[in-house]
Amino acid sequence: MTSHEKDIKMWTPFTMVLLLVIGLGALVIFYRLVNGLGAATNLNDRFPWGLWIGFDVLGGVAMAAGGFLIAGAVYILNWKKYKPIVRPAVLTAFFGYLLAATAIMFDIGVPWRIWHPAVMWQIHSVMWVVAIHVILYTLTLATESSPMIFEKLKMNAALTFVKKIMVPVVLFGVLLSVLHQSSLGAVYLIVPHKLSNLWYSSQLPTLFLVSAVMMGLSMVSLENIISSKAFNHKPNMEILSGLARGTLIAAVIYGALKLIKLFKGGIGSAFDGSLEANMFLLEMLVGVIIPIVLLLSRKVRASINQILFVDILVVAGILLNRLNVAVFGVYRDQSATGLSYFPTLMEFIVTLALVAAAIFGFKLAAKYLRLFPEPEGA
Amino acid sequence: MAKSVLIDLTRCIGCRGCQIACKEWNERKAKKTEMRGVYTNPPELNSETYTYIKFVEQEKDGVPVWSFIKDQCLHCKDPACVSACPVEALKKTEAGPVTYHFDRCIGCRYCMLACPFYIPKYEWEKAVPWVQKCSFCSERIKADMVPACIKTCPTGTMFYGEYDDVLKEGRSRINKSPGKYVDHIYGEKEAGGTSWMYISNVPFASLGFNANIVNRNFPEYTWKYIGKIPAVIGVVLIVGAATWALTRSKNSDKEE
Repeated sequence: MTSHEKDIKMWTPFTMVLLLVIGLGALVIFYRLVNGLGAATNLNDRFPWGLWIGFDVLGGVAMAAGGFLIAGAVYILNWKKYKPIVRPAVLTAFFGYLLAATAIMFDIGVPWRIWHPAVMWQIHSVMWVVAIHVILYTLTLATESSPMIFEKLKMNAALTFVKKIMVPVVLFGVLLSVLHQSSLGAVYLIVPHKLSNLWYSSQLPTLFLVSAVMMGLSMVSLENIISSKAFNHKPNMEILSGLARGTLIAAVIYGALKLIKLFKGGIGSAFDGSLEANMFLLEMLVGVIIPIVLLLSRKVRASINQILFVDILVVAGILLNRLNVAVFGVYRDQSATGLSYFPTLMEFIVTLALVAAAIFGFKLAAKYLRLFPEPEGA
Repeated sequence: MAKSVLIDLTRCIGCRGCQIACKEWNERKAKKTEMRGVYTNPPELNSETYTYIKFVEQEKDGVPVWSFIKDQCLHCKDPACVSACPVEALKKTEAGPVTYHFDRCIGCRYCMLACPFYIPKYEWEKAVPWVQKCSFCSERIKADMVPACIKTCPTGTMFYGEYDDVLKEGRSRINKSPGKYVDHIYGEKEAGGTSWMYISNVPFASLGFNANIVNRNFPEYTWKYIGKIPAVIGVVLIVGAATWALTRSKNSDKEE
């Protein structure tokens, strides 16, 4: 363990706030289990899915894309340059999936039946495909993260074994991620009449995958910069520029796919001033257009603070995209009979608590496990 | 053969006997309602209401015309909800009904999103909630009985029988009285065809029927993706393994 990691202060006021939020979230979840979804959320017959699905599940999974990208780059493409960030990237992904899985667990009506899809196969259902991938990929991420634990516990036999099977495990993880990210988009293929054509497209699986790549790379970069600031170690500029280039390429592909789709139909509805049109423009500006413009400049790609700014934009923009698909994109159709949806305070608390739990878990790992490698030349 | 129903909207008088019969047979509780200035009550289907009558008043040839529209699950031939359900809690039976099996349901509510007719409803107020919807009285059909709503209808609004006979009846009614009906059997093609169909004297769109429904089996939309998964698995594994093998040897060359 390196000296700077030992220096991480565990019980700061920030940590206390995290724990408080986690505690409040646990209380709300208890309340939801006792009194039901109707009591805890504003979900209703026209809005069966809300904040938890749109943000925690769709967003959490997209945020986790960095795990398979960096692991794939290092173990499959053998781009050893990115080796130093494999562990934090995979761990972030693991927490992203835990966040999503926890949210699903309490969002479904009967949480203790979460295992049903594992034994009740229904291969015609995208939701079944999604469920199986959540299970398999969470296990894969646990395996990919396990060397840190085995090191700590000095379980050398297990460590050697996991390291030996790492390449196939990573390849399996890449496969599962490609399928899982795209299948979340495929969930919405069956609602051509409900989802606004600003988002609906037969290319939804591809769009979800490409935007997850943008988001995943930005997330890895973001967490790299923030943890380097928080834990006082110097980020590797070559890695950050590489990630920024990756985000740029994915964003250009994504932007082009969206433009082609819009010109095929629906470009007018993007500027009609309606709620969904404005949410769409906001999402595209924040998550795609401004990041592309900024990242095209080499100067931006060489500055830590400017990369951080772009990362925040991309992460916010793609999170908004998922929320738009889940809530704002179906709003016009679903609210036609007068029902509406805005999350309750309790829904917000659970969402915040899950994010807090992920941050807290990351901090614990940074403190007690060998999350970051020894600084080069040390 | 599959059972089917034709609802002739010109025959309905809006008595709501079907609404009550359905509640009685299915032991559904009343839901608290309020005055909303319209006859339609409750305003929408809900977890305690599998069927209800929508009241629509409009003008035709200068005189007011009332329409009473019975709404319930249309029991699609290839239902979106059945393909959406991850655990086969929804099934299309050979006898026609789309049935729900609570013992499998996890409560993901994808069926509610997928259904183009907004039929599955949820027991939001319960700690252990289930999806609720019209079952086409599948238990009664099994016992050779007529579904409760049809049995109770005083005006014969619903023509019940085998699918082919029901469709034929719809066509012949339209053809026999030129000008009486709109030349459209709603449900013949909508969503790939439904077991419950409608004929009407006024355009369906003016009665709140979804006119934008595609004439296509909804499960095809998602199957187009799912069907490609085996190919994706093959491509990713082969390309991935090949990439690994190639880049690895390159790297070890450098090291040597």
